Amino acid sequence: MKKSSDIPVAMICLLPSIIIFGLFNIFPVLYSGYLGLNRWDGLKRTIEFIGIQNYRDIIKSIEFWNSMKVTFYYMVGITFFGIAAGLIIALLLNRKFPGQTIFRTIYFTPVITSTIAAAIVWKYLFDPGSGYINTFLRFFRVPGPGWLTSPTWAMPVIITMGVWKRLGFNMVIYLAGLQSISPEYYEVAQVDGAGSIVRFFRITLPLISPITGMLVIMSVIDSFLVFDQIFVMTNGGPLHSTDVIGLLLYRNAFRYFKLGYSSAIGMIIFMVIFIITFLQRRFLSSGEKALW
Amino acid sequence: MVKRKSYSKNKPTGLADGFYYGGIVLYAFLILFGLIVILPYLWMLTMSLKPVKEIFSPPYLFPVHFQLKNYFEAWNAAPFARFYFNTAVMTVFIVAGQVIFSAMAAYAFVRLKFPGREILFLIFLSTMMVPFHVTLIPSYLIVLRLGWLDTFKALIVPRLVSAFGIFLLRQYFLTIPAELDHAASMDGCSKLGILWRIIIPLSMPALSALAIFSFLFAWNDFLWPLVVTNSPLMRTIQLGLAMFQGKYGTRWNYLMAGTVTASIPAIAAFLIGQRRFIEGITLTGLKG
Repeated sequence: MKKSSDIPVAMICLLPSIIIFGLFNIFPVLYSGYLGLNRWDGLKRTIEFIGIQNYRDIIKSIEFWNSMKVTFYYMVGITFFGIAAGLIIALLLNRKFPGQTIFRTIYFTPVITSTIAAAIVWKYLFDPGSGYINTFLRFFRVPGPGWLTSPTWAMPVIITMGVWKRLGFNMVIYLAGLQSISPEYYEVAQVDGAGSIVRFFRITLPLISPITGMLVIMSVIDSFLVFDQIFVMTNGGPLHSTDVIGLLLYRNAFRYFKLGYSSAIGMIIFMVIFIITFLQRRFLSSGEKALW
Repeated sequence: MVKRKSYSKNKPTGLADGFYYGGIVLYAFLILFGLIVILPYLWMLTMSLKPVKEIFSPPYLFPVHFQLKNYFEAWNAAPFARFYFNTAVMTVFIVAGQVIFSAMAAYAFVRLKFPGREILFLIFLSTMMVPFHVTLIPSYLIVLRLGWLDTFKALIVPRLVSAFGIFLLRQYFLTIPAELDHAASMDGCSKLGILWRIIIPLSMPALSALAIFSFLFAWNDFLWPLVVTNSPLMRTIQLGLAMFQGKYGTRWNYLMAGTVTASIPAIAAFLIGQRRFIEGITLTGLKG
C-alpha cells in the first residue's frame, strides 16, 4: 500500500467544523471572558475596562441571588421527580409484554415535542378561569389557585411540566441500563431467598447508580439551561418567583443591553457547569466500572 | 415467592416484581401514567377543534362540535405559511450540514492520522458543555458585525456543525472494520472515496439517527432565532407561535390550532425514526 500523508484530507474534513466551532463556540468563551471585565451599555461604541467590577456588582445583586435560588428550586424539582418517575416507568417497562413499544412511545413523545408548543398547552391547562385543572377542581368544589399568576404555585407548575417533558429521556437511559444487568444476579439472589424489595435495593439500585449519577448531572446542567419553557409560561414572574438564571441573562443582555454585565453572569454559570462536569467525570470514572 | 406470568420471563428487576401480580397491576399503572402524559395532547387537539363560542364554556375532553375552521383562521391571523417556510429552509440546511460535516470530522478522527488528533477531538467534545450563557452574546455580536441579522445565514451557519453529531458518528465508525478500508485502498480508492463509498453506506443507521436529532433540534429551537431575527418575515415557527401567544393569549382555540400545526412535523419525524433515534440516545448517553 502506498504510504501517503493523511494531513491534507484531514484538513479538508475538519475545516468546516474548526471554522464554525472556532467562531461560534471557542472564540465566544474568550470574548465573554473579556467582555465580563468591561462596561458596555447599549450598543454604544465605548467600552470601558473595569476589572472585576461586574463580578462585584453581580455578587451584591439581589436579582442574581434570587435567580440562583429559583434555578436551584427548579433543579431540585426536576432532578428528583424526573429521575424517580423515569426509574419507576423503566422498571415497569423492563420486560417483554404486548404493547410495550406503544407505552415507550407515549412516555417519550414529550421529550421531542417543541417546548414552546408544550408550554402553551400547559399554560392553558393551568389557566385559572377556563383551564382544565381548575374546572376539574371546581367540580369537587375546591377553589383552584391562580397557578401561574401565584408566586407560590408558579414554580411547582413549571416543575411539573419539566418532569413531564424529561421523564421519557430518563426512562430510555434507565431501560438500557436495566437491560445490561445480567439476570444471573437475580437468580442467585432468588436462590438465597431475597424478596423483590431486597433485590431492588441490593442489586438493581446499586448496579444502575452510575446511570443515576449521570442523569442527576444532566438534570442539574439542564436546569441552568432552561429558558424557552419559562419565557412562555411566566417570563420570570410573578414577583420574580420563576426568574431563572437564563432569563436574567437574556433580559440584561437583550432588553437592557448590559453586555459586559451579562457576559460576567454567563462566565459565572460557565464556571459552575464546568466544575459540575469535572466532578461528574471523577464520579463516573469511579462508578463506571460497576456496570461496564 | 411471586409467580410470574409466562411473558415476564426476561429479567425480573426486584421492585417491579412486587407490582407484577398477573400483569394487571402493571398495565393499570402504565395506562394511568400514560394517560397523564398524553392528556395535554388530547386537550390540545380538542381545544383546537372547538367552536369560538364554546371556549369559555366548561371544557370537555372530546369535542362535541368539530370544526376545522380554527386552523384556517389561525393560519390567516399570522403569517404561519411564511414561518413554516422559514423553518423548513433553516431545518433542511442545518440537517444537511450537521450530517455531512459530522461525518467528515468523525471520519478524520477515526481513520486519518494527523498531529493533534486527540487534542482536537477533546476540544470539539468540550464545546458540548459550553452553555449558551457564554456563547449567546459574542455569537450575536459576530452575526451583527457580519450584517447577518434577519437573514437565513444567521439562522443556519452557526449551527451547521454539531459536536454531538461528531461524537455519535465517531462511536459508530469505530465499529466498522478497518480491513474494509484497506481492501478499498488496494483497489485504488482515495481517502475521501473510502468515506463516501465504504463508511457512509455502512453507517446509515447512525446517520439517520443524527438526521432526526438535527431535525428536532432545528425545528424546535427558540432562543437563537429569537436573538438574531427581528422582522416578522424571518421568524421561525416556534417564534411565530410564541408571538401569536402574546397577541391572541385568550383565543385558546386559535392558539391550540397553531400549536398543533407547529408541533406536528417534529412528532411525525420522531414517530417515523423512533427506533434509530432511541438507539442514538443510548449509544451516546450511556457511553458518553
